[in-house]
Amino acid sequence: MKLPHILTMAALLAATGLAQAQVDPLHVRSWAASCAACHGTDGRAQPGMESLAGANKDDMVKKMLDFKAGRKPATIMHQLAKGYSDEQIVAIAGYFAAQKK
Amino acid sequence: MQRRHFLQTGSALGAMGLISGCATTGGGSGPKVVVIGGGYSGATAAKYLRLWSEQKIQVTLVEPNPAFVSCPISNLVIGGSKTIADITTPYDNLTKRHGVNVVKDRVNSIDADKRIVKLAGGTELSYDRLIVSPGVDFMWESLPGMNKAGAKEKVMHAWKAGEQTLTLRKQLEAMPDGGVFAMSIPLAPYRCPPGPYERACQVAEYFTKAKPKSKVLILDANEDVTSKGPLFKKAWAERYKGMIEYRGKHNVTDVDAATNTLKFEFNDDIKASVLNVIPNMRAGDIAVNAGLATANKRWCEVDFLTFESKAAKNVHVLGDSIQIAPGMPKSGHMANQHGKTCAAAVVALLMGKEVNPMPIYNNTCYSFVSSEDVVHVASVHRYDAEKKTMLTVPGSGGVSSAANELEGRYALAWARNIWADTLA
Repeated sequence: MKLPHILTMAALLAATGLAQAQVDPLHVRSWAASCAACHGTDGRAQPGMESLAGANKDDMVKKMLDFKAGRKPATIMHQLAKGYSDEQIVAIAGYFAAQKK
Repeated sequence: MQRRHFLQTGSALGAMGLISGCATTGGGSGPKVVVIGGGYSGATAAKYLRLWSEQKIQVTLVEPNPAFVSCPISNLVIGGSKTIADITTPYDNLTKRHGVNVVKDRVNSIDADKRIVKLAGGTELSYDRLIVSPGVDFMWESLPGMNKAGAKEKVMHAWKAGEQTLTLRKQLEAMPDGGVFAMSIPLAPYRCPPGPYERACQVAEYFTKAKPKSKVLILDANEDVTSKGPLFKKAWAERYKGMIEYRGKHNVTDVDAATNTLKFEFNDDIKASVLNVIPNMRAGDIAVNAGLATANKRWCEVDFLTFESKAAKNVHVLGDSIQIAPGMPKSGHMANQHGKTCAAAVVALLMGKEVNPMPIYNNTCYSFVSSEDVVHVASVHRYDAEKKTMLTVPGSGGVSSAANELEGRYALAWARNIWADTLA
């Protein structure tokens, strides 16, 4: 239990570090807008779906990396998470964390 | 009375501020974008152009229908568990919240050289950039009998949600128990690949409850089920045993509406109590007539970074009208993604910023195998700079392991969210 946790955190930190490589914020906004079809414009969801606006960035990154690695069960998010690089996940989570709830 | 009349004229002039020809400077000074068609792609593009330009771009949306009626979930209206009101959303929030000028009219023609759109009502709209998102129209020429008087009023496609959806529902309600509902499916590509198979489930569920001796006959021009095949076949075998019959390689070449008969390329004629003919499709008329349908005169080729037409400068094409990239479905969810990708690119182009060189977006498509249980297919699409197209990301995407009620709730939440993202 402990080792995978350390690995997760290592991946998280590595990913966070990589994301510092400059990505145009407007392009990140476009990536994040793709999530809005289910999670609402700027992550403010309608009832029945999880809102992402103003959520904690690290929590979102961990959740997405867990979906991607198959550590967290899901109906659909494990399949969608695999379409994004760790750097993209960190950037998109950063966008939603910065939105008003 | 006079004052009211004056106010009406005033607001009409306000709306006409975007109209050019004689009034090029009226109603604001920002760049002008005209969007033709308020479906999943066009309405989304209109909203996000306003949001992302911080209301600097003037956006006019031309749409003949008074409200948006969703194709996704419309099969549940045919099955009887939802109403048409449940799937209808007005356009007024686009105007009230985002300042989109919504014009209820039809487009007659596009002059791409002069950058003018001519409406049926006589109005001319000038643009800096034009977005063409008319969805699909049907290739009636491939079904001669459907062009006879009364045929289109009797045999429904119900592949554009609205009146046709309601009429098909009424035909099923009026059908005697023991009747046959026969639905024909065109060769891919067509709008909403899993849609016909979902419809078969919805009709079968209604028959199970109301007309248990009746049958659903699926006549598919394709060799086999084109989407979520194993999941649909499992539902047909287990939930609707003996009620649904699937026949592949059944390509309809003509319809006799008077006798409710389907004629095929290679198979014997089939008569049914209720026919549902989903014809071959191509890009919407306005796109074809404007010369934008460069792929087999059927679909519109675009640059996937901007959705700009490969045939006309300053003209973008979105949604079901486009020549799709590999693995990209013609779906409402995908059209919504086109709308945002294009809006971002058009804002960048009009504001002198860099267009996103790496679009990434996803598709999520839910199908109801009953009124509650649902299966999905999902995919993630990423721009490939070398191949200059969108490709699915290796290892991503997939389908449900089995139909389930949890995804039924997610599917309805998806609908609420995408309708709001597109229109509110």
